[in-house]
Amino acid sequence: MGLDVSFDIFIVIDLIIMSMLLVVGIALVRLNNLFAVVMLYGVYSLLAAIWFVSLDAVDVAFTEAAVGAGISTVLMLGAMLLTSREAKPTPALRRWLSLGVVGVTGMALFYATFDMPNFGDANSPANSYVGLQYMYDTITEVGVPNVVTAILASYRAFDTFGEVVVVLTAGLGVMLILGIGTTRTRDGESPQSGDETTQSAPPVTTVLATENHHIVLQVVAKILIPIIVLYALYVQFHGDYGPGGGFQAGVIFASAVILYSLIFGMDETRRAIPAKVVQFGTALGVLIFGGLGLVTIAMGGKFLDYDVLTAADPILGQHVGILIIEVGVLVTVASVMLSIYYGFAGRYRELKDQDW
Amino acid sequence: MVDFIVGHFNYWVIITLMMTGLYVIISTGNLVKKLVGLGVFQTSVFQLYITLSKVAGGRPPIFDKLPGYGTETKYGAAVDPLLGVIYSNPLPHVLILTAIVVGVSTLAVGLALVVRIREAYGSIEGDDIDEAEYKIEIASS
Repeated sequence: MGLDVSFDIFIVIDLIIMSMLLVVGIALVRLNNLFAVVMLYGVYSLLAAIWFVSLDAVDVAFTEAAVGAGISTVLMLGAMLLTSREAKPTPALRRWLSLGVVGVTGMALFYATFDMPNFGDANSPANSYVGLQYMYDTITEVGVPNVVTAILASYRAFDTFGEVVVVLTAGLGVMLILGIGTTRTRDGESPQSGDETTQSAPPVTTVLATENHHIVLQVVAKILIPIIVLYALYVQFHGDYGPGGGFQAGVIFASAVILYSLIFGMDETRRAIPAKVVQFGTALGVLIFGGLGLVTIAMGGKFLDYDVLTAADPILGQHVGILIIEVGVLVTVASVMLSIYYGFAGRYRELKDQDW
Repeated sequence: MVDFIVGHFNYWVIITLMMTGLYVIISTGNLVKKLVGLGVFQTSVFQLYITLSKVAGGRPPIFDKLPGYGTETKYGAAVDPLLGVIYSNPLPHVLILTAIVVGVSTLAVGLALVVRIREAYGSIEGDDIDEAEYKIEIASS
């Protein structure tokens, strides 16, 4: 097969990153210390993000780096702190049985790969039809250089609307299960873990004791947080022209707030961004997104058909439409991530430095 | 033969990672570790999609400049943007981008349930929870 030189070098990089992913994956299985498992999962996500960049999926890499290595690691650490630090080792019988099941499934899937197209094949079914069509039509129909954004926000906007609603639903689920962190537990429903903290005043919501230490962290954070928020806005509004968009920007914005709360404490964060605002935001974003769909119907188009937004120039209408729904995505994603974080953080007992 | 191995190596690694995730989900009783396994499984599915979207010698699906970008000419000029440049397939990128965000949201719901289970039963190990459940049933009957 005529692979050109640049593709050869690229394959070497691909092999190296894939091998590293494999090593981290195996290490994840072998470890029982949950702290190590969670941190390795962050490493795994970051490696996957690098791999996505090398495969031209820059938007995906962006999201994976922000979500996998950022938010989900924080959430898992939070859940680990609230539950336990060690996993019980698996009994030998169960280990071998699982290995058997996994081995058989793996062999079947392995056999199936023989029918798959070669890596990088331009003529494979996946790369031949609709993807190619989007590449040809985006310039004339949407007029946005980043084709990923064009598909996400215009061609498949209804699909994206569904995803945003799923994110909202997950946020509501966490709020219903854990609350949004205003009260830790109801009366008479203390945790059965046998802690001595249960009878004394429970609603301690500080994540880290922050009175007089972490000075270096505080100074660095005060410089970094505005830059992170600015970067989130850049990612948001530059999403038409480069990698980025509402999903990534929302997660980056949420991680800026989470960084703030990790260093300055939950009470300060609640003062800066009250839980009510966050709750309101989760629904507001979906409302903006769906509302624009209704507006396009009212103006005589189809649901989320931006061409009708400006009568004279359909391309301008597309630009305006994409801008508005990306704002909707940003608001919902950032608010849901924050409400989830508030829910978890509201359940912490006070955590002292020596606990780490 | 070498072509075949190089062309399918990614699939094999991805399947191995997928099975690693599945193994963790089945074998461990610890609920947090189970969710980590689910995350590994999920990421391997993302990788399968992205590996399919790669085109040899391709570039990220972002046009350098639009026809008429920065000049007075309007969009939609008769310029073929694909002429001479290879781009990777953007569609799987879109599908996976949103799937990642939905993935972290569902992970959060799972973790929230784990936290509640710990509060109700005092443990997050499957065996201990079964035992506690059994005791409750005995006590109530």
